[in-house]
Amino acid sequence: MTHGTVLIQGASLLGERTADVLVVDGVVAEIGTPDAPAGARVVDADGLVLLPGLVDLHTHLREPGREDAETVLTGSRAAAVGGYTAVLAMANTSPVTDTAEAAERVHDLGRAAGLVDVQPVGAVTKGLAGEELAELGLMARSRAGVRVFSDDGRCVADARVMRRALEYVKAFGGVVSQHAQEPTLAGPTACCHEGELSGRLGLPGWPGVAEEVIVARDVMLARHTGSRVHVAHASTAGTVEVLRWAKSQAEKDGTWAVTAEVTPHHLLLTTDLLTGYDPTYKVNPPLRPAEDVEALREALADGTIDAVATDHAPHARHDKEHAFVDAAFGMLGLETALGVVATTMVETGRMGWADVARVMSTRPAQIAGLTGHGRPLAVGEPANLTLVDPATAVVVDRDASVSLSRNNPWHGRSLTARVRATLLRGAPTVLDGALVTSADDTEGTPA
Amino acid sequence: MPATTDALGAGAGETPEPPGRTVLDARDIARALTRISHEILERNKGHEGLVLLGIPTRGVGLAQRIAARIADTEGVAVPVGSLDITLYRDDLRRHPARGPQPTDVPPGGIDGKTVVLVDDVLYSGRTVRAALDALADLGRPAAVRLAVLVDRGHRELPVRADHVGKNLPSARSERVMVRLEETDGLDVVRIADRADTPDAEGAR
Amino acid sequence: MRKHLLSADDLTADDVHTLFATAAEMHDVQRREVKKLPALRGRTVINLFFEDSTRTRSSFEIAGKWLSADTINITGKGSSASKGESLRDTVLTIGSMGVDALVMRHGASGSAQQVSQWVDAVVINAGDGTHEHPTQALLDAYTLMRRFGTGGRLGSLEGRHVVIVGDLTHSRVFRSNVVTLTRLGARVTVVAPPTLMPSGVDAWSREAGFATSYDLDEVLPSADAVMMLRVQRERMSGGFFPTSREYTVGYGLTRARLGVLGPDVPICHPGPMNRGLEIAADAADAAQSAVLEQVSAGVAVRMSVLYHLLAGEGVA
Repeated sequence: MTHGTVLIQGASLLGERTADVLVVDGVVAEIGTPDAPAGARVVDADGLVLLPGLVDLHTHLREPGREDAETVLTGSRAAAVGGYTAVLAMANTSPVTDTAEAAERVHDLGRAAGLVDVQPVGAVTKGLAGEELAELGLMARSRAGVRVFSDDGRCVADARVMRRALEYVKAFGGVVSQHAQEPTLAGPTACCHEGELSGRLGLPGWPGVAEEVIVARDVMLARHTGSRVHVAHASTAGTVEVLRWAKSQAEKDGTWAVTAEVTPHHLLLTTDLLTGYDPTYKVNPPLRPAEDVEALREALADGTIDAVATDHAPHARHDKEHAFVDAAFGMLGLETALGVVATTMVETGRMGWADVARVMSTRPAQIAGLTGHGRPLAVGEPANLTLVDPATAVVVDRDASVSLSRNNPWHGRSLTARVRATLLRGAPTVLDGALVTSADDTEGTPA
Repeated sequence: MPATTDALGAGAGETPEPPGRTVLDARDIARALTRISHEILERNKGHEGLVLLGIPTRGVGLAQRIAARIADTEGVAVPVGSLDITLYRDDLRRHPARGPQPTDVPPGGIDGKTVVLVDDVLYSGRTVRAALDALADLGRPAAVRLAVLVDRGHRELPVRADHVGKNLPSARSERVMVRLEETDGLDVVRIADRADTPDAEGAR
Repeated sequence: MRKHLLSADDLTADDVHTLFATAAEMHDVQRREVKKLPALRGRTVINLFFEDSTRTRSSFEIAGKWLSADTINITGKGSSASKGESLRDTVLTIGSMGVDALVMRHGASGSAQQVSQWVDAVVINAGDGTHEHPTQALLDAYTLMRRFGTGGRLGSLEGRHVVIVGDLTHSRVFRSNVVTLTRLGARVTVVAPPTLMPSGVDAWSREAGFATSYDLDEVLPSADAVMMLRVQRERMSGGFFPTSREYTVGYGLTRARLGVLGPDVPICHPGPMNRGLEIAADAADAAQSAVLEQVSAGVAVRMSVLYHLLAGEGVA
């Protein structure tokens, strides 16, 4: 990939005003009606919406450890195709990202892939065991500059450990992203939203209250410690209520903060999909009923929930082909996230494209402390950009995915809007909806 | 008596009179059964040890009528029962599963007895083969005989009836339909082209 | 009838009556000297039991053998997940052996339904986790209908009040029975302490047309039949109830409660029984106890199921 000159012609900036955007050496050089300089690559963006490059707060790239499910490279490809320019790679790899060395390794693999900025998330506790703090400070000081810490996949259930983690990360402006699941209320086998359907299907219930009690506890701990807590994959109306209250308090106090994310699947898919026991729909936290979905959409629109984060969780086929309770948790999300948000929030009139930029780029970048991402579309800003065709409906085909895995709950669904181009610091990673393959990409396209 | 649908799901339906031409009417059937009853007694040299087993559906009614005639002649009620052969058929795989009908062996059993199997139509002989298998699982008769109302030929197995109401030469393309008061509301035997008749009739 | 029997919901009332008519004939075969019918000669039935169950497995095994099917038992303790092989790989391997039917018991809810999508064979659910056990519901209903009939003929469940008591949360027997019994016209009341009621049971019972109660003594006097479910003592550690003593006082079929039941009210239990916990010895051994009839009905009903699902298999 070369950092050349790119002229984006006729794009609608945040869906608000139409202009040409000239990118030179990775930076937005001019917005208006610039002439194409000699040798510039011209991108026809007529009818397309230009957004700041998307930032995912919650991605599982599986490397190291499960390279049969995804690698940093293949996950980066999926991210780029989905319009992302930065992703936060969760720590639950094997080995766990709980040291500076492990964090730097992931960071460097991301830079080598060169398609998105891969920012490692550090574990809160050693080995995700929930007992002793991992080397949070060393990870923060490392080349990877870790700022987000999470035991995702597991909850930091011990209140004392959570309290110490929140206190400790204040020293370097860190944030703890909590997977809120009180383990005594929703144990490791819990896999179906607790309600009528779990009762009928005979599946272990995962009650919403198991999330809500942890969120409630953590916001009180954040207030007590004067720290920052981030709620990963909020999934219930009860969590939204707690967040709404907590945010109003935090704003009043001005000494602590709480932020939250919601996944695309919790914005659209509901519990009833589990009726056929298809493990494709097994995810943690589980799909919730329509009332929760509605509350989450409302909270995203009004800012109670700050961000959309994919929780992209690739799994090898054989890890999903078990009985439902035995199958792995998680679903793909990077390539479809924007389409889901457009379908659930934009098409329904609840959000404009500027709001999409806020929840999928600006706020996630702020939460993660990524200063080069989520920037305004303005001269002098890094050219991390995403071009979206807002009108075209796409029927998702899991076999067209560039991810290594196929656990795609969106297969066969029609989603509005598709990503046409992605630019990372001015270099196109996706053009015409397809990956730009560079000469030094010797690994080829995955099967 | 209302018409009932037989085990084969045949279309007796609302029309009691099946298509085709009549081969035996009610009086013919009555005469044939009387003759068969006498033949059975003659062959057995009396009623001793006789057990009549009708093959459902219509063989059961025929067996009861024969028993009634024997009772008229001999003044003795010979044991009558039914022997279902559904589970012994050799073509189970080729049809949707049918529920078996009752097998009802008279209290005295069949061991050492002379069992007369009674059926309406003798055709390929496969029903009789199945009946012999079923019988073997129930006991060991001294002898087994076969009485049928109509023998239409076209045997596929070495089976021969001991007592026949009427030998009825027929083409394979034809159907022979037996209708009895007990099951269908009238007594008649008719023959018709297969094309003119409802499905799954007189297949055996 | 559908190809597979995965849930009680797969059977219409007509299907159940058809199965029971055949089961009655099969029941007669059990009294013969030669207990063998050639109906499934050449067919192969695999009893694939990932979970121990002597009772259900031997019942299916006898049913298959009396119908002359080649019946093979495969038991695999523990989940296939723990062995590293996926369930799909396991059943595809077995399915490739030219099997006509898979009778499957597995500790995971929904597993039979998943397997039916992977293999060509007919799949019969012999218990999937805490989800369903449809042949148990059939044999229970059949047992009650024999009790309510006269002279070996099946009676009717129409309007009969059947009370199901016990650990409903973890019971596949309850989940199948509530479907089959209501479909046959019975009025069903399920009784358990609140901690052993399935989640969402209020909405479910309204929709499915059964009643719920926490009070056994209130319900018992109007019962036409009582079905006691096994309660595992381990549930105490899960905090579902404080002590077995307290459970028995609240929900056991004690000698005192036996006195409340009419002498003709059948008492069912899917077994194995915890005598002294959910059922007193006096009740288990009472003349009105149907426990042993359930076992013999189990073979007849399973013969009927195997016959109807397999005899004409492959016919459009």
